[in-house]
Amino acid sequence: MLKKFLIGFVAVIVSLWFLTPVVLIVIASLTPSSDFYDPQKLFPTKLTLDHLYKLFVVLDGWKATLNSLEVAGISIGLSFLVGLPAGFALTRYVFPGKNAFRLSILLTRSFPVMIIAVPLLVLYIRIGISDTLLGVALAHTSMILPFVVLITSSILSGISVEYEEAGMIFGLSRFGAFAKITLPLALPGLAASAIFAFIMSWNEVFIASVLTLINRTLPAHILNTAMTSPDYFKFAAGTVMALPAMVFIFFTRKYLMSMWGISLK
Amino acid sequence: MVYRKDIIPFLLLLPTLAYLVLFLGYPLVQTFILAFTSDKGAFGNFQQLISTGEFWKTLKNTLLITGVVVPLQLVLALLLALFVNMRFRGYTIVLYIISIPLALSDVSAALMSYSIFAPMGYLNKLLLKLDIIQYPIYFFGFMFKTREFWVIVLTEVWRATPLVFVIILAGLQAVNKEYLEAADIFGFSAWQKFRKIILPILKPSILSALLIRTIFAFQIFGVVWLLAGRDIPILAGEAFYWQTEVNNAHMASAYALIIALVSLIISWAYLTFLKPAQGSTA
Amino acid sequence: MAQVRLENVKKYFGHVKALDGIDLVVEDQKFVVLLGPSGCGKTTLLRCISGLEKVTDGRIYFDGEDVTGLPPRNRNISMVFQSYAVWPHMKVYENIAYPMKIKKYEKSEIEKRVEWAARLLNIHELLDRYPAQLSGGQRQRVAVARAIVLEPAVLLMDEPLSNLDALLRVMMRSELKKLQERLGTTTIYVTHDQVEAMTMGDMIAVMNAGKIQQYGTPEEIYHKPANLFVAGFIGSPRMNFLEMEVQSKDGAVIFNSETLEIDCPKHLLDKIRDFSQNRVVLGIRPEHIHLSRVESAYPLKGEVYFTERLGSDTIVHFKVNEVRIVAKIPSDVILREGERVEFFLDLSKLHVFDPETGRNLG
Ligand SMILES: Nc1ncnc2c1ncn2[C@@H]1O[C@H](COP(=O)(O)OP(=O)(O)OP(=O)(O)O)[C@@H](O)[C@H]1O
Ligand SMILES: [Mg+2]
Repeated sequence: MLKKFLIGFVAVIVSLWFLTPVVLIVIASLTPSSDFYDPQKLFPTKLTLDHLYKLFVVLDGWKATLNSLEVAGISIGLSFLVGLPAGFALTRYVFPGKNAFRLSILLTRSFPVMIIAVPLLVLYIRIGISDTLLGVALAHTSMILPFVVLITSSILSGISVEYEEAGMIFGLSRFGAFAKITLPLALPGLAASAIFAFIMSWNEVFIASVLTLINRTLPAHILNTAMTSPDYFKFAAGTVMALPAMVFIFFTRKYLMSMWGISLK
Repeated sequence: MVYRKDIIPFLLLLPTLAYLVLFLGYPLVQTFILAFTSDKGAFGNFQQLISTGEFWKTLKNTLLITGVVVPLQLVLALLLALFVNMRFRGYTIVLYIISIPLALSDVSAALMSYSIFAPMGYLNKLLLKLDIIQYPIYFFGFMFKTREFWVIVLTEVWRATPLVFVIILAGLQAVNKEYLEAADIFGFSAWQKFRKIILPILKPSILSALLIRTIFAFQIFGVVWLLAGRDIPILAGEAFYWQTEVNNAHMASAYALIIALVSLIISWAYLTFLKPAQGSTA
Repeated sequence: MAQVRLENVKKYFGHVKALDGIDLVVEDQKFVVLLGPSGCGKTTLLRCISGLEKVTDGRIYFDGEDVTGLPPRNRNISMVFQSYAVWPHMKVYENIAYPMKIKKYEKSEIEKRVEWAARLLNIHELLDRYPAQLSGGQRQRVAVARAIVLEPAVLLMDEPLSNLDALLRVMMRSELKKLQERLGTTTIYVTHDQVEAMTMGDMIAVMNAGKIQQYGTPEEIYHKPANLFVAGFIGSPRMNFLEMEVQSKDGAVIFNSETLEIDCPKHLLDKIRDFSQNRVVLGIRPEHIHLSRVESAYPLKGEVYFTERLGSDTIVHFKVNEVRIVAKIPSDVILREGERVEFFLDLSKLHVFDPETGRNLG
């Protein structure tokens, strides 16, 4: 009985510790400025969408959000297009150098992404894509791609080759069997990893800030304007950054452990 | 597996390889070139870097943050993992709540922390309201570097402990229940069970979590930049500063290279320390 | 329906010679079993025939047509996998219908054929379910239905019964066999269960180490094993092997070892005279050793060393001057350990092997 109570108590404390900052910033983003500067009002007496509105409309947050979505979209599309075949090769083929390839992919995960930002800027200026979303997306892809290769290989290896082979026996080509049998079976896992890739891109701030001046993604925009904005805009920004990531994580919670396991290996 | 001998697997790998060479390999080489070219010879940038004194402060800060944050995260994550692994009713909800920060960027984590510690943040308002203080306590600004430091530490601990937690929990779930039941039969105490059974089995997970976190802690940027700016200079922050504010790609590259170098050393340590351990548990 | 002919088929995985020159003719409409110990290359051979695996060397013909280079989909074969490989994201109906959908059959034709196959395998009530909602035996039937629905030229099965419990396995054994006889589909069936092979196969190909050791009817395999490997692999308990020397005694031929002496039976005399070496391995099955005198019986005295009661039979281990001999006797005879008994080898069932090559000299 006492043990049960203790467990419950600790569970509540732990949950509060991790939830409170999230809840607080959401509330802060909805607090009218008058209430915010009133030291007697710990919590607002009424809520307002003013700051969010201003962040989006006046401070160009809307554009930055769209930019972030576009960058994430391109990065995800590109990294799956490029990485899925490699993940497939890693699970379905035996070939010399396979382990070396896998290991070097793993190693890139401990590679600090900031190191590529500066030279990429130099390169982009030369080929005329500096300060473009495409440029940021290309850089993000190089960060996401190794993850996509490893995760797709792990997802595909969870799907028995025999399903695919049965497809080939019953009339499909090698590619057809992959597309019609394996891909549908892998879809939930692939969707989850796409969401995960989305979060990686959505949250990345260093590369995005270095590579762009005007066409900034949301985190880059916040990083470079937050210092000079009133506090309540910062809270609105933090909330806008946090919410989509949390919603997406919620839908992929079943895969959470294995994803992080792979992305950190 | 079909058509083992042919070139198809290499064709499938080719796009990935090409991409990584182009967007990871090439910039890496360029970073070297940028870092090692200056008006004053190949090592000019590094000479300037070391002579300013700023660099040593930067390195010290980065090491300090890493040294304080990582052990704290480890202990907290270990406790959390042991707790969640008790699998009480509703533990999946707690598990989900703990993993929320995993989805958050350093930018939003920093802003959350700011909402609490700002001059008119929740903490100050609470203390003011309870009449514990008369004037807000300032946590930010170059006059309050120590406070800034601890806020950063707290934010990092809050933000990245779940990461360590996830790795350790995965390791814990691999601990065979029968070992623990056997220990019960032999009358081990809870502490003995932890010391003699759980900890040795967890060693590879702990080591890998430790070193991964160390690598990432060395790259810390968003939290410090937002909360302290250059009050507390750190390596990645300096790289960013030299690039975006001074427009000196050479110095920025030199800083980036140092981060990469340290990461490389840590990765190397990680591989050499972990290899035997992995072999023995596999 | 087709005849399958393999010519010197080889398959190497790096240094592993999984198939080391296979020659095999499977006549049209026959049920052929590939039998052999684990790792001998049965699955590899089946996969080469299916086209899932490319051969390293050799040729494969279906009805005289060279199919060696064709992908599986152009070979008009079908397959039942060991794991069944019933697609989990399709209902039973879709699983069975899918091969026809790929080949763009008319909808009414598809319905008709699925109906036919489902009735044949008695899975009619299951058509609306997902594979996850089926038992192992039901899933196996679905796999078979899917495999026969298009009436393939060759049906390949890789240990399709190994995942079933003993009772269901025996039942499915006869059902599969009946089904094959009804459809007349040329069938190649992999198993490492010799009872399955004996009861189902029109012909059995016994394999070992990437080679076919013997290809024959179940009777031939059992009564005339081609070599030591086949003789030892087929039959339970294992055939007794005795290393002996060939000697002449009083004008007769005898087999002799330090502890045993056995007269050479008449049916082997000529073969032994033609054999140049003087060392041989004698083989006699435990079921051909009796406790009572039968015709052409050769008596031996031994001590009961150990007995295993199996219910219907009893396995007796005798010791004849330190040589162990195993016999299978009816269970109503009770023998005590240590008891000395006379038993009789049925010499008409005696085999003689060349110890060097393992070849059966009989
Ligand atoms: N993909 C492969 N790569 C390397 N070696 C292989 C591969 N597949 C099979 N082998 C090897 O080829 C040999 C034959 O394997 P195969 O699977 O055909 O045996 P099997 O007779 O089906 O055995 P079992 O009864 O255990 O299924 C084995 O030595 C095996 O290790
Ligand atoms: Mg096999």
